[in-house]
Amino acid sequence: MNRRAQLSALLALPMLWLIGIYIFSLIMLLVTAFWVTDPFTSKVKPGFTLRNFEQIIANPAYASTSIRTLGIALAVTVLSILISVPLGIFMAKVASPKLRAILAVAITLPLWAGYLVKILAMRITFTEDGFFNSMLGPLGISGPGFSIVTVVLTLTYLWLPYMAVPVYTAIRQLPPNLFDASADLGAGAGFTIRTVVLPLIKPAIIAGSIFTFSLSLGDYIAAKFVGGSTQMIGSIIASNINLNPPIAAAFSLVPIAFVVVYLVVVQRTGALERM
Amino acid sequence: MRAKIMTGAAILAVAALALTACTTESNGTAAGGLSIDVPDIPMLEELGEMESEVNIVAWSGFVEPAWTDEFTAETGCTVNRRVAGTSDEMVQLMRTGDYDVVSASGDASLRLIAGGDVQPINLDLVPNFGDDIVEGMKGQIYDTINGKSYGVPIGRGANILQYNSDVVTEAPTSWDVAWEADSPYAGQIIAYDAPIYIADAAVYLMAHEPDLGITNPYALDETQLDAAIDLLKQQNKIVSEYWADPAAQITSFAGGTSALGTSWEILRKLTDDDKFKSVLPEEGSTGWSDAWMIAAESESPNCAYAWVDYTSAAEVNGAIATNFGMAPANAAFCETSDEAAAHCEYFNATDEEYFSNVWFWTTPIEQCIDGRTDATCTNFQQWTDAWLSVKG
Repeated sequence: MNRRAQLSALLALPMLWLIGIYIFSLIMLLVTAFWVTDPFTSKVKPGFTLRNFEQIIANPAYASTSIRTLGIALAVTVLSILISVPLGIFMAKVASPKLRAILAVAITLPLWAGYLVKILAMRITFTEDGFFNSMLGPLGISGPGFSIVTVVLTLTYLWLPYMAVPVYTAIRQLPPNLFDASADLGAGAGFTIRTVVLPLIKPAIIAGSIFTFSLSLGDYIAAKFVGGSTQMIGSIIASNINLNPPIAAAFSLVPIAFVVVYLVVVQRTGALERM
Repeated sequence: MRAKIMTGAAILAVAALALTACTTESNGTAAGGLSIDVPDIPMLEELGEMESEVNIVAWSGFVEPAWTDEFTAETGCTVNRRVAGTSDEMVQLMRTGDYDVVSASGDASLRLIAGGDVQPINLDLVPNFGDDIVEGMKGQIYDTINGKSYGVPIGRGANILQYNSDVVTEAPTSWDVAWEADSPYAGQIIAYDAPIYIADAAVYLMAHEPDLGITNPYALDETQLDAAIDLLKQQNKIVSEYWADPAAQITSFAGGTSALGTSWEILRKLTDDDKFKSVLPEEGSTGWSDAWMIAAESESPNCAYAWVDYTSAAEVNGAIATNFGMAPANAAFCETSDEAAAHCEYFNATDEEYFSNVWFWTTPIEQCIDGRTDATCTNFQQWTDAWLSVKG
């Protein structure tokens, strides 16, 4: 009995946090999606209407923005993987301990800077008279300006540590004799990476991709500051949150659906159990 | 201007009708479809002890240490400022209940009044609100409802066309450089990022597509709204970016990303570079007419009243107007010095003729405020929804 009391005392805070903060607010969000807005004052009144969902389906801008955002989130994830895997292999298996430490700090250091500061830094970098164009202009290269490309680059910059750290840790834990065995059997470096390293670090890549994917899906500040006229799901929610909160709530179910589908797919691969 | 006063009077009349209908049945809809159901919020009868602070939501440049320090010294009320970039943001911030005073533009003020978020103002407690308030800002539909005053005017101005004279060498006189697909500055045009910007397209169409029959950019029926959205979509292809954040707008011009587009005079001044110039194009423009409003549930009503009164004095009102780059509400400021007179001259402070070309932000409602009775106009929810399709 005493044991049970101890256990519930231990779990009280996390459960309160989980149910009170996460689950409750998600349910409230879902409920609000059915509420009505006064067209004049933008005040929200409890009620029941499916009009918000009808509007999302009727206006093609919602669908095209959802698809664009999904594309951006996937591009950020793929780019992060392409950077993290070679970097992780180099750090874990090739670099000297000193260089390894320097690289580890270099990857995690941006996490300590403010999110908005990093986005504004990218804004200054990619502005017409900015750093990018002034460095590469003499070579005849001109930057992407404020566009989807810049949004993908900025989000990759923001979320890369969430991919690079788990991937590096996973590669570091691979026993060296696996590499020796692979080499003894005559496999080249590329073949070893493809057949030995990648399958073993898949759970880490998936863990990282959950972060890069879902964080990109919800972001809108990057689109606002470096996106030019790029509109993301978050941009629409942000502009509606002032004027029509129920439709913002209804639309926010779209990224939730994307993440749930993604998690189901991931779960099917069995990667979640090995994470 | 007369046409606007007439429509204003018409709205007032309908609103009054709606109100009388609503007194008996609070949720009733009046004949004619327009129902401004104004909640009954008591007016402050007399001032009491000053509280310790006042929280203000304001446009960039309205609340600055140059005049807040003296206010704090006089009254003991510490001023906390929150700068907002759009009217929609202001309305939302006021609804959090954390703020006492707001510098509301016409499109925000009606929503705030109808939403019961602001209280009627007892003008006896604002001695600085006097006869010197310019004619065009007295008793406006946006701040006077049912004979009750909800706002104390601050100033007014136009959304101007700003351009970088290094790139745009020939001074523009029309908005066509910002709207037409064959603009020589395609790809370098910055546009405002809010649904109310649809009215800017309507102002342009009013001059260039007279067949559409737009007579007020805030009274658009569905065909007219579609035409405005088509124009905005055309502009979307030549836009470098959209701004709602003043700092982003300034860096867009200063960084060379944008060469021309919608701006406010203060943003041009903040670039601190003479190559940026501004003009009110021949089509006219949208604009704003701002007023201080006090939150219905203000925790510091005395400090709030003191702030509204303090900033209505000729010198302080003039300082805000000079800093923001707009026409002051208090015309007495124009006679305080030669510099002030020059400022009033430049911003046409008392020139009602000039402002007849400026369409002050108003919340679009179903009732056509241009006086049409045979049409249904689009409301702000429809504008918001249509705005999303501009960027696609």
